[in-house]
Amino acid sequence: MERDDIIEYSLDAGHSEEQGRVIRKKILFVTILLSVITSVEVLLGVFWMDWMPNAWHWVKWVFIVLTMVKAAYIVMTFMHLGDERRNVRSMILIPYVLFLMYIAFILIWEATYIHEVLKVFL
Amino acid sequence: MSGEASKNISNAVLWGGGRSPLSASYGKLMIWFFLVSDALTFSGLLAAYGFARHSLGPGMEWPIGEIVFSSFPGLSGTYPLMYVALMTFILIISSVTMVLAVEAGHRMDKKGVVKWLFLTVIGGVFFLSSQAFEWAHFIHGSHARVTLADGRTAYLVDHLDHSKEIDPATFAMTIGSTHSEEVVRGPEAYKLYQSAISVVSGANMTENEYGPTSYANFFFFITGFHGFHVTTGVVLNIIVLTMVIKGVFQRRGHYEMVEKAGLYWHFVDLVWVFVFTFFYLV
Repeated sequence: MERDDIIEYSLDAGHSEEQGRVIRKKILFVTILLSVITSVEVLLGVFWMDWMPNAWHWVKWVFIVLTMVKAAYIVMTFMHLGDERRNVRSMILIPYVLFLMYIAFILIWEATYIHEVLKVFL
Repeated sequence: MSGEASKNISNAVLWGGGRSPLSASYGKLMIWFFLVSDALTFSGLLAAYGFARHSLGPGMEWPIGEIVFSSFPGLSGTYPLMYVALMTFILIISSVTMVLAVEAGHRMDKKGVVKWLFLTVIGGVFFLSSQAFEWAHFIHGSHARVTLADGRTAYLVDHLDHSKEIDPATFAMTIGSTHSEEVVRGPEAYKLYQSAISVVSGANMTENEYGPTSYANFFFFITGFHGFHVTTGVVLNIIVLTMVIKGVFQRRGHYEMVEKAGLYWHFVDLVWVFVFTFFYLV
């Protein structure tokens, strides 16, 4: 059977030793960054009450922003979405973000009704 | 060309060939579409979790992650979030070894792919075992919740061991929450315990000692669903690893299958990043 994905794939298939070194350097950088962010998150999670007992609101948003940064690095570098063509990137990200905004919208807009239904299980 | 067009379309409005507009193979696009739909499933679950958490009535408290998850296997005492932090770290490192396997595949370096893919599988298995420990500990419980006769809530200071009888002399309970300053000790505390309305130890689908029922239900469902994804990922990685060792991809001329399995594996890591934040930290 003839495989039709081989020719197309070969457009962006391999890379040389030289390019490999550059890519590995980038992977190392992202690894260190992700480890540092995770450590900061855990330390903040354990000690925030001792350090700044009244700042929960801020601590929470720091967690959420750091998580977004981690997610962006995983998707763009590890999953190579940053190296794909812009068409592919938009095709993946735009529908996802639109649906996500819809979930948030419907949860807030219909909050009272959903709460009436969910109340039984809380 | 398959079939004949009934109407001529000028070449000016057709894609003129040359470089593909997406420059990605069929298989890679399809795994991406699958991941988008799967990401939406997890987004929905986490959104529902946040909703349940914010719609609690007055007087009900959502459990705090660093208090519920504070044990470390093989050690006694409390190590808040330390084990789950280790799990998170292991999963991130296994994601790194996966991306290194993909990179080795791009250089057609079979030995490198085998090495990194094998380490990825090890990381996945370690993560799964850790999750089994977390679940076992969560289900078994640590400080049983006691509803006293006067309606107040108390928590046992020591672990409730069903195989041994309680010694009233060393018995102690905290009133209100597990980290409360108000402590009752000795026979007096034991008398309160015996006249209690209910004692909840550990967690199941209908009640748990940590907080609202939905807390344990969401914990079981979301981490369980994620664990199921990790299991699938480990199985996929083992299959791909076997194929790499047999030289299937070397003969095919490219290691795209490693890249596709890798996309799935990174996604599992990505989901855990969010589960970790919203279940354990926030």
